[in-house]
Amino acid sequence: MWLNRDVISILDFNKEELLDLFSKAKLIESLKENNLKNLKGKILTTAFFEPSTRTRLSFQAAMLKLGGSTLDLGEPSISSLAKGENISDTIRMLDYYSDIIVIRHKLEGVSRYAAEICEHPVINAGEGTKEHPTQTMIDLYEVWKTFKSLENLTYAIIGDIKHARTISSLILSFSIFKPRKVYLVSPLELRAKEKIRSFMEFNGILYEELTTFSEVLEEADVFYVTRIQKERFSDPYEYEKVKGSYIITLEHIKRMKEGAIILHPLPRVDELSPKVDSSKNAAYFSQARGGLYLRMALLRAILTGE
Amino acid sequence: MSEKELRVTKIENGTVIDHIPAGRALDVIRILGITGKENYTVAILMNVESKKLGKKDLIKIENRVLEPREAQLISLVAPDATLNVISNFEVKEKYKLEPPETIEGLIRCPNELCITNKQDEPILPKLKVVKGSKIVLECIYCGAILTSEEITRFIL
Ligand SMILES: [Zn+2]
Repeated sequence: MWLNRDVISILDFNKEELLDLFSKAKLIESLKENNLKNLKGKILTTAFFEPSTRTRLSFQAAMLKLGGSTLDLGEPSISSLAKGENISDTIRMLDYYSDIIVIRHKLEGVSRYAAEICEHPVINAGEGTKEHPTQTMIDLYEVWKTFKSLENLTYAIIGDIKHARTISSLILSFSIFKPRKVYLVSPLELRAKEKIRSFMEFNGILYEELTTFSEVLEEADVFYVTRIQKERFSDPYEYEKVKGSYIITLEHIKRMKEGAIILHPLPRVDELSPKVDSSKNAAYFSQARGGLYLRMALLRAILTGE
Repeated sequence: MSEKELRVTKIENGTVIDHIPAGRALDVIRILGITGKENYTVAILMNVESKKLGKKDLIKIENRVLEPREAQLISLVAPDATLNVISNFEVKEKYKLEPPETIEGLIRCPNELCITNKQDEPILPKLKVVKGSKIVLECIYCGAILTSEEITRFIL
């Protein structure tokens, strides 16, 4: 099911495969002592053409915990890419050294192309504005652990719906696990792109676009919070005006359902006040920790089939 | 071709492209790169009555045989077209165009952020042909969509 698979888009996987992966991750998470060192001698290479320390470290940690080794392409500005080597040649070279390659790039289609030219499996660790399949697996894993199911839940997705690839990728997954309803909460300027809206309509995903989350606080099961960046606004004044509306505080938490959870792909800026961290609803640290196990399960499944 | 459809004289040698959806003849002309400055005769018939399509367009080109590349591109804007190779006023060969499964290196991806639009990369754009009531192309790499109407703007 998983052996030698590429991970390019969440849409490359079905319900059965994802649930299987979550069970594997949970098993690894439940083992107190990690005796899964069966990736000895295997090399994972991270090639982050766009920097992201957390995601890179998470993959490297997962590989090391499984007994494997890691290589890193290094900063694009100081590697051979800066000297004008093209992406294709770089990727081919990495394929010779590695057993699995993890790629992040701001251009779209890079990982699909890499998978085409590489002999070894390729994992997309974030690409363009649309795809971030392993983050979505991590998000779904946390939701699955909490609710024991991924169907029929109500999501409030808050932040930069237009540009955040974590959001877009999560929305893609709603065609696999149907939610009850999805609220997309963002400033007008950062609403979902036409492509995403037509995707939801085509897949019969019930959604509603809002500019504040106040009216859905009592209703949502999952609050998916992301960062809103100042640079995304054409008018900085507009940013100053709206930024306060997308911050979750303890006051909001009081109105949430008993079992509701707050997720965040991290890093956060100020959209989640640190006071929220200790509340029962805050699941974003658990989500980040689960991310390590999920990525371990994924690497192990791809490299050994187990 | 029935006599009724023959509004212009028969051609001696060349190609007749029949059963083009009404309104798409000019897209076919664009694909063929015909500007009107060529030294061969081109007849374009638009909105001709057709049993099969209701209305259709039709193009006759004297002294020109289509290349496979051109036939492939035409099949995307006119998936039901038939190609007649004319020799000595006779139909020497006749075949129906069939849109390919994928189209490689002929049309570029409409997404400016796509790897296939990056210069200096040895990568050919590859689009999947999604067949429906109208053809839609989908970039194999980034998933961008190109509608049938937009196709001629992205020919390489
Ligand atoms: Zn593309």
